[in-house]
Amino acid sequence: MKFLYRNPTRASWAEDYSFLNNDLDKSAKEKLEKDKEGLRIKKSYLKVSDLNIYIHKAHILKNVNIEIPDKKITCIIGPSGCGKSTLLKTFNRLIDDTEGIKYEGSILVDDTDIFDKKTEITDIRKKMGLLSQRPCPLPMSIYDNIAFGCKMHGERNRKKLNEIVEEQLKAVGLWEEVKNRLHAPASKLSIGQQQRLCLARGLAVEPEFILADEATSALDPISSKHIEELFVKLKQDYTIILVTHTLRQALRIADHVIFMYLGEVIEAGPADEVFNNPKQELTRKYLEGAFS
Amino acid sequence: MFSITVFSVLLVVLIGLGLYLKSVPIFDQNSFWQLISSSEWRPGSGQFGFLPFIAGTIAITLIAIVLALPIALLSALFLTEFSKSYLKKWVFTALDILAGIPSVVYGVWGTLFIVPWISEKLAPNFVEYSTGYTVLAGGIVLGVMILPLLISLFVEIFSAVPREFRDAALSLGATKWQTSKFVILRKTFPGILAAVILAVSRAFGETIAVLMVCGNLPMVPHSLFDSCYPLPALIANNYGEMLSVPLYESALMLAAFLLFIVVFIFNASSRAVIYRIERKFK
Repeated sequence: MKFLYRNPTRASWAEDYSFLNNDLDKSAKEKLEKDKEGLRIKKSYLKVSDLNIYIHKAHILKNVNIEIPDKKITCIIGPSGCGKSTLLKTFNRLIDDTEGIKYEGSILVDDTDIFDKKTEITDIRKKMGLLSQRPCPLPMSIYDNIAFGCKMHGERNRKKLNEIVEEQLKAVGLWEEVKNRLHAPASKLSIGQQQRLCLARGLAVEPEFILADEATSALDPISSKHIEELFVKLKQDYTIILVTHTLRQALRIADHVIFMYLGEVIEAGPADEVFNNPKQELTRKYLEGAFS
Repeated sequence: MFSITVFSVLLVVLIGLGLYLKSVPIFDQNSFWQLISSSEWRPGSGQFGFLPFIAGTIAITLIAIVLALPIALLSALFLTEFSKSYLKKWVFTALDILAGIPSVVYGVWGTLFIVPWISEKLAPNFVEYSTGYTVLAGGIVLGVMILPLLISLFVEIFSAVPREFRDAALSLGATKWQTSKFVILRKTFPGILAAVILAVSRAFGETIAVLMVCGNLPMVPHSLFDSCYPLPALIANNYGEMLSVPLYESALMLAAFLLFIVVFIFNASSRAVIYRIERKFK
């Protein structure tokens, strides 16, 4: 996982990304594969075909055709206003509430079309954990924030909820920091902790995908590094789709890159290829920083 | 300019002070506590018990809030969370009209429709006989009157919740109703409280519409179908007709003073709550 661009000449303490090279060694990897087969972890699948989105006659997304690879980090990059966030919010149909929205085409998630009238929106949203730009803890305690999703889906068993809360807080490395004040309001946490809490909250409903909308842009360098580490760790179990403004971030953690410009997908492919050998002139220019 | 501003602020103080000074004579013969807790109202023999009036005011206000609050909350939630924007426009127009109707018209509506309805349809199911001029009629009319105020306050409060909160809850797979109930209502709880306090202080002072439907008998109401006599109605009905009964004017002034203080306290506390919320949101 070495890219041409990822070569920090000025290594500062906040830019220690050595964790990225900690790919599991071979034997551990094989063992993991076996475990997965044993558990029959199913592959998650997301395919967008001929997607067009209009908001009040403005053509926001034009003919989008992409496939998101399973258990990988896919970065959607592009200049602001190119429809990255719209695309992301279409995946869990959060875009529905926008006034004057109209869509054509289909998005297949595990072989169900999310635009199908029979599809239950809450089921789709359950499959997609969303991490927004600014952390937005719900107005309740740390514990309730994580238990919220489960409660909404009918889980009432206290013991089970306790387990879920502990497990998810451990998964995002927040357990040690908050285990003594689980019932304090979540808004009392620092902003970096809040973002990890939001991630844990999303994970608690057992999604297949994690949608992150510039999830680190409001955070300080250490917190955003923390989140990036988590993404790399979590991609073993989840398919991660990341909208990002910072190219450096995409370079660091992306396995797969989608470049968008003015509502169109210009180029999509493995990160190595897109970054080191872009096929399109526009992509090359963007990567060189000719526009942003 | 400054002096004019000071003057208008001073007016409030002056009114309060005037009411107090005018009501002082009654304290010569009765203690404050005695006046408030006694239910004997015989101005001719110098007995001024305010309990019936205070109880009537509280009962009517309470009924009005109990009736209007759920309706206002649900309509406001519907308008902000569920409805399309063109519907919102129509509803707001209707609410503005509702809020602009003079209160005497509400009173007429109450006497023409609510009072007979209570006396003929509703009351026979519960009590032997009721004129219809009851606490309940007053509560219903008052409830209808504060409804537009409550709805528009709630809509404002709910729309102030950032979209991220809705997105966060919805993306966890919560339904819109669950989001409204567990996130929006919880987030805005202090605001709802402030709005209710404001509506209560408005309801306390409402005079003419209530006066027309609540019967105006100085007694402590024991059921929804008893008549009552709220404080503002007492003042409006008797001031000017009190002849030369000693201390009567002073008693009415005390009623006005009580009203003044209660409304003042409610307004101030609602402001304090709003101020605290605003600081919290920053």
